[in-house]
Formats: sequence, C-alpha cells, structure tokens
Amino acid sequence: MSHSPAHEEHHEDTRLGGLNLKTYITGFVLSLILTVIPFGAVGFEWFGMGTTLIIVAVTAVVQILVQMYFFLHLDFSPESAWNTGSALFSLLILAVLVGGTLWLFYSLEMRTMMGM
Amino acid sequence: MSHGANTVHGASRPDTIVNFGFWVYLMSDVILFSMLFTMFVVVSDNTFGGPGGEELFKLRDVFFETMALLFSSITFGFAMLSMHAKHKGGVLLWLLVTFIFGVLFITLELHEFYELVHEGATPQASAFLSAFFTLVGTHGTHVSFGLLWILVMVGQVALKGVTPPVASRLFRLALFWHFLDIVWIAVFSTVYLSGVMG
Repeated sequence: MSHSPAHEEHHEDTRLGGLNLKTYITGFVLSLILTVIPFGAVGFEWFGMGTTLIIVAVTAVVQILVQMYFFLHLDFSPESAWNTGSALFSLLILAVLVGGTLWLFYSLEMRTMMGM
Repeated sequence: MSHGANTVHGASRPDTIVNFGFWVYLMSDVILFSMLFTMFVVVSDNTFGGPGGEELFKLRDVFFETMALLFSSITFGFAMLSMHAKHKGGVLLWLLVTFIFGVLFITLELHEFYELVHEGATPQASAFLSAFFTLVGTHGTHVSFGLLWILVMVGQVALKGVTPPVASRLFRLALFWHFLDIVWIAVFSTVYLSGVMG
C-alpha cells in the first residue's frame, strides 16, 4: 500500500476533475447486468424460490455498492472521508432501526399468535 | 485536467461544506426510506383477504420503469461530464434527456397506480397496499421534485451558463438523482421482485 504523491494526485483527479466517461459507463454496464439477472431469475423462474431470493438480495446489495462507487463517487479517499463516514454511520443507525423494528414486530406476532 | 476544470472546485471551499450538508440530508432520507421499507416488510403479508403482490405486480412494467431510471442516471452522468468540459449545449441536452427518462418513469408509475386503484387495490384496501403506496409513492414524490429541480437547472444553465454557483447546484442535483436510483434498486428488489414470488 504505497502512498506516493503521484498516486494521491491521480486519485483526486478521477474523483473531482475527472468524473470520467469510463467510470460512468462501467457503473452503467454493471448496473444493467445486475438488474437483468434478478429480473430474469424472477420472471423466467430460472431457479428455485430460495436461490432466487438470495440472487435478488445479493444483486441488489452489489448494485447499490456499484452505484455508490461509480455514480456517487464514494470511496475511502481523504476527499470523500466525511461522506463515506456519515454513510457508514447512517448504515449503523439503519441496522439498529430496521433490525430492531423487525425483531420487535416478529416477536410481537409470535406472542399474539400464541394467545389465540 | 486543465486549469479551467479546477476553478469550479478551486473556489469550492465553501462548496465543500454545502455539499456535505446536502449529503447529510440524503443520509437522513436513507433513514426515512429504511423505515418505510421496514413497515412494508412487516405488513407485506397482511392483504386483508385482498390481492397480494403476486396478483397485482406486472414485472414487465417494473422492468421498464427500472430501465428508465437507470438510463436517466447515466444521462445525468453525461450532463456532469459536459459540465466539466464547460460545454453548455451538452449540459442542456443531457439534462433534457434525463428529464424525459424521468418523466417516462413517473408516467409508468402513475399508470401502474391508476390501474391498481381501478382494480380496487386502493391504499385503503389493506395494510399491504397502504405500505406499498406510501413507500413507492414517497420515492415517486422525490423523483417528481427531482424533475422540477432539473427544469430549474435547465433554466439556470440556459440563462446564466455554467458558472461556479450553477455548477455547484448541478453537482448536488446529481447526488440527489443518483441517490433516487439507488433507492429504486431497493424498491424493485424488496417490493416487486420479492412480491411477485409471493
């Protein structure tokens, strides 16, 4: 992991000045592939239910990461440290809220079912 | 990069803080959407005897919606590239193309809503449909405001040119627009693809 100045400069260039065509096209093509796969898997029922659900979940997460990197230009460079940091913090809050809510509601469902 | 390209960012010290502020707004929007998603997941089986996603969703239409939004994302990228090249005509052209794809998306979505309501699948029909219309509608509202913002920026670029303040606003609009496409990935995966499977 060399931190040569030349490397740093190049990095800044792609992020700020350079927002180059290659970055957008790469992101676009990857997104296209990652959209066609889950739609095909569900629409044409290529796989079983369990496998299909996993494919949908995995391609969604990967495509979100792809678009965050190639379109929103989020990475671990010093320039986007605050953006990436606040995104990671939001992810933590999101995990607590979503995970906590789902836990609460499913637990509640189980308890009310038992009472019936 | 030439000197010209740097001036947009060279004078961007106050810009950085404004952009970060906008980013924090987007992150708060992530939390908002995450709760709408959670609510949808919790009640997605509560159809109150009415139709569920399996009967209601048309995957083909959703695929076209997805494509419209994805294409609008890349064309906005082209607008940003034109902006960096200081090419006013290019910025205007690509913003308008983005606008057209965005309108196509909203038209398809409104058509879907219209058909659902026509079939009696209204937001009042079940908890599942309430959550569906709230989640997808909130995203659609965001896109609609994005479209309005694109028109405002078309006006600003046409009248003022690609000045540093205009470029700065375009940058935040780009963040907003790409962000909405990212939220849509979660929508079509959680709501439609999972819903069609039943």
